[in-house]
Amino acid sequence: MLKPLSRAGLAATAVVVMSAAPAMAADGKIDLADTAFMITATALVLLMTLPGLALFYCGMVRRKNVLATMAQSVAATAVASLLWFAVGYSLAFCGDGAVLGGLGHAFLAGIGVDSVSPFAKTIPEMLFMVYQMTFAVITCALVGGAVADRLKFSAFVLFCALWLLLVYVPSAHWVWGGGFLARLGLIDFAGGTVVHVNAGVAGLMAALIVGVRQGYGRENLAPSDLSLAVIGAGMLWVGWFGFNGGSALGVGSRAVFAIVATHLSACAGATVWSGLEWAKRGKPSVLGLISGAVAGLGAITPASGYVLPWHGALIGALAGAICYFASTALKTRIGYDDSLDVFGVHGVGGALGTLLAGVFATAAVSASAAGPGVAGLLEGNAAQLGAQAIGVVVTVVWCVVGTWIALRIVDAAVGLRVSPEQEREGLDVALHGEAMGL
Amino acid sequence: MKLITAIVKPYKLDDVRAALDRVGVRGMTVIEVRGYGRQKGHTEIYRGAEYEVSFTPKTRVEVVVADSLVDAALEAIRAAALTGKIGDGKIFVTSIESAIRIRTGETGEDAL
Repeated sequence: MLKPLSRAGLAATAVVVMSAAPAMAADGKIDLADTAFMITATALVLLMTLPGLALFYCGMVRRKNVLATMAQSVAATAVASLLWFAVGYSLAFCGDGAVLGGLGHAFLAGIGVDSVSPFAKTIPEMLFMVYQMTFAVITCALVGGAVADRLKFSAFVLFCALWLLLVYVPSAHWVWGGGFLARLGLIDFAGGTVVHVNAGVAGLMAALIVGVRQGYGRENLAPSDLSLAVIGAGMLWVGWFGFNGGSALGVGSRAVFAIVATHLSACAGATVWSGLEWAKRGKPSVLGLISGAVAGLGAITPASGYVLPWHGALIGALAGAICYFASTALKTRIGYDDSLDVFGVHGVGGALGTLLAGVFATAAVSASAAGPGVAGLLEGNAAQLGAQAIGVVVTVVWCVVGTWIALRIVDAAVGLRVSPEQEREGLDVALHGEAMGL
Repeated sequence: MKLITAIVKPYKLDDVRAALDRVGVRGMTVIEVRGYGRQKGHTEIYRGAEYEVSFTPKTRVEVVVADSLVDAALEAIRAAALTGKIGDGKIFVTSIESAIRIRTGETGEDAL
């Protein structure tokens, strides 16, 4: 998340503007329009998890696991938020280390009503912190989808805590908190690496280590209620306006460009995935439509504040195609059970988008009073693509290592997988003592 | 008394109900079921996963009638539920030993 585009005479697009005088971003005073917008963006991103992701995921699992799947989103919110408040924010965004920040602002100590983060100079630091919190939350919640229907709740809760600290926090620091990837010139507007590659790779690791669901490939594991998944996807889509738009950290054209590129990417992704499915299988499914949209949304995430709208459409189209194959042919060929295609959609999409950001970055979009903006390959800056590739590789490597460590600890502490009997009975009853009813 | 169990296509329920009403059958129990006979199931595809689903939704209608009404009821059901295509369903007849109306305690055909 980089500096917002500063303009004289900002349009008040915020929900509440309490002062009549618009402030210039460059002089570092808190801008009320930026603040109001970012509060809204924070709410939008939290909505993506609660209940967006909860619905998106629960609709795709079998009825006996619907409540357990939703519980994971709620639990991830609670655990990740509290840990972020305690140490996560400070370690990710407060400190000069190349690898990690410091504990100077643990428990938000020292962050007062007038505090401002160097990474978001026109909004209160408390707001920057809570906005970032919603990103940490959804990243943790995403991982659970890969091992749906078979992960212990205790394992998920413990995993969220460990993985947040081992993988997400360092990654956020490297990319957004002034760490070594940022210094290398990696651009990642809203989390292609930090959120999507991390969640996807962690999901794949978990799916490989935990193993396939009972009956995978033989029994009917069909979704219980895709209408819920569509509702959830809609909340994700709209919420993404806060996820990518809000990554401008203030109102202005850059937020708008990010939102437009985001929306077009979703539309193109839905169209291409659905079109391929239509051609290949004879019928375009609603699951294909929403999966393609989410693939486009994930892919555009790192590029959204750096590219033109038509780039967004193109990136979405490519994501629709590549993620479609990753979630169908690739998964079937290799044989892993990434139940909700966290790797196929978020992992592959995020990596693709991060690389394509290096291709399509258009300097005029990210230019500001602070600097001339970032150019990509098409504008003659081939080095950017190199930085993007390094960013993806580093993220993947550390995610593999950190996730493996986290999973091993969780397995030793509480065990990862439910018993076969619990899996048969269903997680709702077995783990939570609750049932959806007939 | 006989229990007539009819498995019919779901959209035919209303026609069957109306036809039975015309021949004097005034009560029934209905449940949604899945089944198959000669009618094939269908294929569902969710991303990479393909599932052959053998079962098709049907509606099971149960009526208990006096012996004198059985033939009329069977003919009414069959005429109403018939489309001529595979999957129209089946009707079974079993004997009922006794029947009781809960509110009044009447038994036998008076309970129907």
